[in-house]
Amino acid sequence: MSAVIETRGLGRQYRRTWALRDCTLAIPEGRVVGLVGPNGAGKTTLLRLAAGLLAPTCGTISVLGEEPAAGPAQLARVGFVAQDTPVYARMPVSDHLRLGAWLNPAWDDEMARRRIGQLGLDQRQRAGSLSGGERAQLTLTLALAKRPELLILDEPVASLDPLARREFLRGLMEAVAEDGTSVVLSSHLVADLERVCDYLVVLVASRVRVAGEVSALLASHHRLSGPRRDPGALPAGQEVIEESHTDKQTILLVRTDEPIHDPSWTVRPVSMEDLVLAYMSRARDDRTRRLEVVS
Amino acid sequence: MIRLSMLQFRTQAATAAAALAVLAVILAASGPHLFGMYDSSGIATCQAHGDCAPLAISFVNKLAGFYAAFYFIGIGLLLLVPAVIGTFWGAPLITREFEASTFQLAWTQSVTRTRWLAAKLGLGALAAMATAGLFSLLLTWWSGPVDTAVPLEQGPNITIIRLGYALFPTRGITPIGYAAFAFVLGVTAGVLIRRTVPAMAVTLGSFAFVQIAWPIWIRPHLLPPAHAIMALTAANIPGLAAGPGGTTIVNPPILPGRAGDWVLSFQTIDPAGRPFNVNTVKACLGTNFQPCQNALGRLHLRDVIAYQPASRFWVLQWYETGIFLAAAVLLAGFCFWSIRSRRLSR
Amino acid sequence: MIEFQLDETSGVATYLQLVQQVHQALRLGMLEPGDRLPTAQQVVAKLAINPNTVHKAYRELEREGLVRARPGLGTFVTRSPSGTDPATQARFLAAMTDWLRSARTAGLGPDDIEAIYRTAFRNCFAEGVA
Repeated sequence: MSAVIETRGLGRQYRRTWALRDCTLAIPEGRVVGLVGPNGAGKTTLLRLAAGLLAPTCGTISVLGEEPAAGPAQLARVGFVAQDTPVYARMPVSDHLRLGAWLNPAWDDEMARRRIGQLGLDQRQRAGSLSGGERAQLTLTLALAKRPELLILDEPVASLDPLARREFLRGLMEAVAEDGTSVVLSSHLVADLERVCDYLVVLVASRVRVAGEVSALLASHHRLSGPRRDPGALPAGQEVIEESHTDKQTILLVRTDEPIHDPSWTVRPVSMEDLVLAYMSRARDDRTRRLEVVS
Repeated sequence: MIRLSMLQFRTQAATAAAALAVLAVILAASGPHLFGMYDSSGIATCQAHGDCAPLAISFVNKLAGFYAAFYFIGIGLLLLVPAVIGTFWGAPLITREFEASTFQLAWTQSVTRTRWLAAKLGLGALAAMATAGLFSLLLTWWSGPVDTAVPLEQGPNITIIRLGYALFPTRGITPIGYAAFAFVLGVTAGVLIRRTVPAMAVTLGSFAFVQIAWPIWIRPHLLPPAHAIMALTAANIPGLAAGPGGTTIVNPPILPGRAGDWVLSFQTIDPAGRPFNVNTVKACLGTNFQPCQNALGRLHLRDVIAYQPASRFWVLQWYETGIFLAAAVLLAGFCFWSIRSRRLSR
Repeated sequence: MIEFQLDETSGVATYLQLVQQVHQALRLGMLEPGDRLPTAQQVVAKLAINPNTVHKAYRELEREGLVRARPGLGTFVTRSPSGTDPATQARFLAAMTDWLRSARTAGLGPDDIEAIYRTAFRNCFAEGVA
């Protein structure tokens, strides 16, 4: 299966900090990919690199087999919805649709107008006076109506109320159902992504911590609870992601592809939220440990 | 992309059109009377008779209130138009997109950044040149009579010659070059600074600097100056002036019979060809100028004058406009390079 | 037409919830053989979930033999779960055991037997023989 986004050692530096580092991913097509991580983890940087708005400092990235923003043909295959859904404040909704029609040869005007109508947006209203949810829907419409193969969205629902959020995701999923568009969607809220994503990338402190199909990740991560013991005693091939101990009990979150044979463990499944949190806290602990070593 | 640029440019274009319309109305209303007075003054044919000065003086004196005031308003307007274009059209062109983050929308449609910038820059530059050109056309036409008459007065207003600091940049085609340059300068400032108000300030400041420094340092040398030698007699030395180099002779304001030449520099030399110092003449150290004048008249002094002849007006206009247009093209090239390099700082 | 619901707090995977709801509907008689299940588009419009989840659920149901996808027409219920009585099931279990024994005697290994079974299964259900 071909990859929609393929990166190798991708990194991007601003002045002296690395916003993204050693990023190696191969995201398959036809998925809805959730890019999760705390604020400042590098999600926006990665998405902007994919959209061609930024150039890498090191490493390579290819989107749909080509360099991002390589030319009009490649730009036409990728749709991008930026954080805070920017629109031209003094331009009415109808002019935004004209913008889409003029700048995109594959523009589906009928679909755009139908969507705007269904959403109840007034075409003569200036985009600056739309509510947050309406602006998000407008920018989503602009991105969908160019019929892209890949849609990239940077925290599209972060500042929306729950109803607007649901409506936005609904519209997005309907488009995926209709066209089989691949979607990469970032968020710092896991709950949104659980509903819609079937591929997960966890980004913490500018590095990718885990990436894979959600079903495979959930199948390979388990919560083990049992009598207090040293986690180093686990067989190889079982990686401890998170551990906590009381005086009598040990609880571990492990990643393994093999079955757990030890009967003294109680094995329970892990939710996506727990999985993400575990990797996020592990990354934070790594950094604390590194700082301690330095000082 | 061209249609989108036109859409985004609507307000600026409308403002320019409105201003031009207002100007055209004022000039059309006042023009006939002005030209009528000029025709009846006889200045048009005075060169043959050689008695231009009194005709010119009487014509200029008849221009009461409105005409005199608007003549200078016109000059001020044309000095401002390129600066306003650069500051209000050029600087915000790209900074607006950065400040509102809409570049993220514009650069992820199906057009490359190069095409995007080319359309915005090209359309804006053309509009800038057309606007400045029309302003200049209207005001050059309307001011024609006064432009011709004032130098003929051979009076104290010698700076109001076509090659002078006030008229050269506000007549003919030079405003077109300035407008294109100011516009692209503004866009460049915007591309580098990415915030509107600082970009506007930098554009205005640097354009003003160029407009002040250029006529002093560069324009005099666009063509090698012509030289003339004039004999100084007691009759044609108007007086002395105190200056940084000590006291010097005030030179005759105009080379006889050559109204409109732009005098760049002059040096008073003695018959042997050496620079002459007024302080060596005892008669000129007192407060009475008459004995000094007589003494200087007997010394057979000469002025060596470097000047640009009035006839070079159009050649200099084309040179200067060409240079500013070339500078605009260079700056535009820089803008394209900068936009393509994708090194957004955040 | 059945309308799906999603319980986000249950901890059960979304696609399994859909499968269970179909089982439930069949047992209660709300779904009968020949009924069409909602399209992925329709489910997504209601629940705002990933359409792949719907496809996955329908594939699972098809694997269980409860539904069949007809390209271009939709996904249709083919039979109710465990509609046959235990005696019939026991009879067929015995027949299958005998068959397996004779296949082993003839020298067929587990892979051969599985291949034969899968082929026969596919042929049988693809023909629309219930």
